[in-house]
Amino acid sequence: MTFMQKFLGAAATLALTTGIASADPAIIFDLGGKFDKSFNEAAFAGAERWAKETGGTFKELEMQSEAQREQALRRLAEAGANPVVMTGFAFADVLTKVAPDFPDTKFAIIDMVVEQPNVKSVVFAEQEGSYLVGMMAAMASKTNTVGFIGGMDVPLIGKFACGYVQGVKAVKPDAKVIQNMTGTTPAAWNDPVKGAELAKAQKAQGADVIYAAAGGTGIGVLQAAADEGILSIGVDSNQNHLHPGKVLTSMVKRVDNSVYEIFKEGADMKPGIQVMDLKAGGVGYALDDNNKALITPEMQKAVDEAAAKIGSGEIKVHDYMTDNTCPVS
Amino acid sequence: MDYATLLQILDSTLRLATPLLLACLAGLYSERSGIFDIGLEGKMLAAAMATGAVAFYSGNVWVGALAGIGASLVFAVVHGLASITFRGNQLISGVALNFVASGITVLIAQAMFGQGGRTPPLDGAARFNPITLPFADALGTVPVLGPLYREVISGHTALVYVALAAVPLTWWVLYRTRYGLRLRAVGENPASVDTAGVSVARLRYSAVAITGILCGLAGAYMAAGLQAGFGREMTAGRGYIALAALIFANWLPWRALAATLLFGFLQALALRPDVIERTLQISIPVPALDALPYVLTIIVLFGFVGKPQPPRAGGEPYVKER
Repeated sequence: MTFMQKFLGAAATLALTTGIASADPAIIFDLGGKFDKSFNEAAFAGAERWAKETGGTFKELEMQSEAQREQALRRLAEAGANPVVMTGFAFADVLTKVAPDFPDTKFAIIDMVVEQPNVKSVVFAEQEGSYLVGMMAAMASKTNTVGFIGGMDVPLIGKFACGYVQGVKAVKPDAKVIQNMTGTTPAAWNDPVKGAELAKAQKAQGADVIYAAAGGTGIGVLQAAADEGILSIGVDSNQNHLHPGKVLTSMVKRVDNSVYEIFKEGADMKPGIQVMDLKAGGVGYALDDNNKALITPEMQKAVDEAAAKIGSGEIKVHDYMTDNTCPVS
Repeated sequence: MDYATLLQILDSTLRLATPLLLACLAGLYSERSGIFDIGLEGKMLAAAMATGAVAFYSGNVWVGALAGIGASLVFAVVHGLASITFRGNQLISGVALNFVASGITVLIAQAMFGQGGRTPPLDGAARFNPITLPFADALGTVPVLGPLYREVISGHTALVYVALAAVPLTWWVLYRTRYGLRLRAVGENPASVDTAGVSVARLRYSAVAITGILCGLAGAYMAAGLQAGFGREMTAGRGYIALAALIFANWLPWRALAATLLFGFLQALALRPDVIERTLQISIPVPALDALPYVLTIIVLFGFVGKPQPPRAGGEPYVKER
């Protein structure tokens, strides 16, 4: 009996102290993992920047399996974390269910819209950034054939693919774009071997620039492209440094900025939908010392002009997720 | 489909089939001795991590591969302890080891390199580099067979040839040596082997150790041959496909080669939906092709294509009669 009392007492104290200690923000990383050199890593960089600048601390959680989503979300919310940020469209269903149970907690989801009074949805205009790298791919290609390798076959990746194809066709209407998806399960985000084989298969079909929007699988694509002597395009984070001089550019998605802003606003974060497009600096292409030699001045000029036109609304890039179809292929 | 495309697909087939073949032969030794091993996946993963890490530090891929084999052997010995010495449930031990491997590889790689459970990229001598077989260029001009030799047979990394050589070797060991006879017997009827005065436990441990070595090679090939470093969960279920191939092959070495080449071919074909569409004039969804190895295995298990003959004493711990 005394043991039980002690035990319960200890448990209660523990629960209380965690409750007090944590008005901290929290971030949950999706299955690709915190250090995927891509999407999740960008989110982590944003959180780190906030921690360094403010001296604050944040909670973090890495998903290990599909089944953990709801549990992870509830645990962080129950522990009093506020706001709770999650990276990835796959959280949408779970968040729709969990958010009403914690009306006092603010949630933020990246890459998907969840309409709840306490949820902020940050979506990026990936099609615009992909359009720009598509233009660069078309200009860099000598064979008039470029490739696209997606991760899991979901509408979000269709958005990347469709924007890319539109960009390619804008420069070379007769160019061929080979598209492959790695798979239909979350394992498709982490299969570099298959990514490499896909890249080799696309090269055999004539592709000499390949855009990988595939999380950890993309590492394999970039590796194979570098081995085979063709160019590749990275995604989400700036991946130019992975194979200097062999990665044409990267379609960067400033997830880091968004996470940073959300953490900075803290519990006062305003719910609603935020669209991070080219104009807002949410997406773009990467230019640094590693790929400077690959980008000709003409290329840069054409892309910057297109970027200005997209910003002003003169060029409209079709968003695949609005109707799940792509006007070009 | 033109000849060049076929060659490209066959080339890809050989690369994709090699880890399956090594893992399948690994499973063959273990299961033929009566120890089911569902932990091929975990052993490959552990080996891939150890290979990636040690090859990076040593700069020598063979040292890395040895480390991979070592890591895989550790898992094999734990499985052996659980299922031979302590007579535990072999399936549960295998599943548990898979979970351990999935977590511990990322943990160690993260602690060592801090790159999110990934090992740093390898290059030069720290990777298995392609070997051009003799006369590949000279014979390449011979019609039909020449390009086949140059494009498909030649130009792979060393472990591909090791894996192919392991098939006749396995056949020879199983069917032409005393050790092989005993190994097969211990999987069919351990009591008779025991009566003949041969240690059941020692035989089974040796089989499990061979499994460890072969899985180690499979992992090393993935980390340093196909890729340039370890990434978390990079085996992506190939250990399970190898198990399916083992059942498909009816636990026979040559058929294991055929089954893994078939599965590798299906995987390679799934990478080229355009070719399928052009050849068959219909488009088959890629996921359907991905699922085909499993579907084929189930058909075989139903007994439509001959009767599957698993080792009779498989999965049962041996208890000496008292």
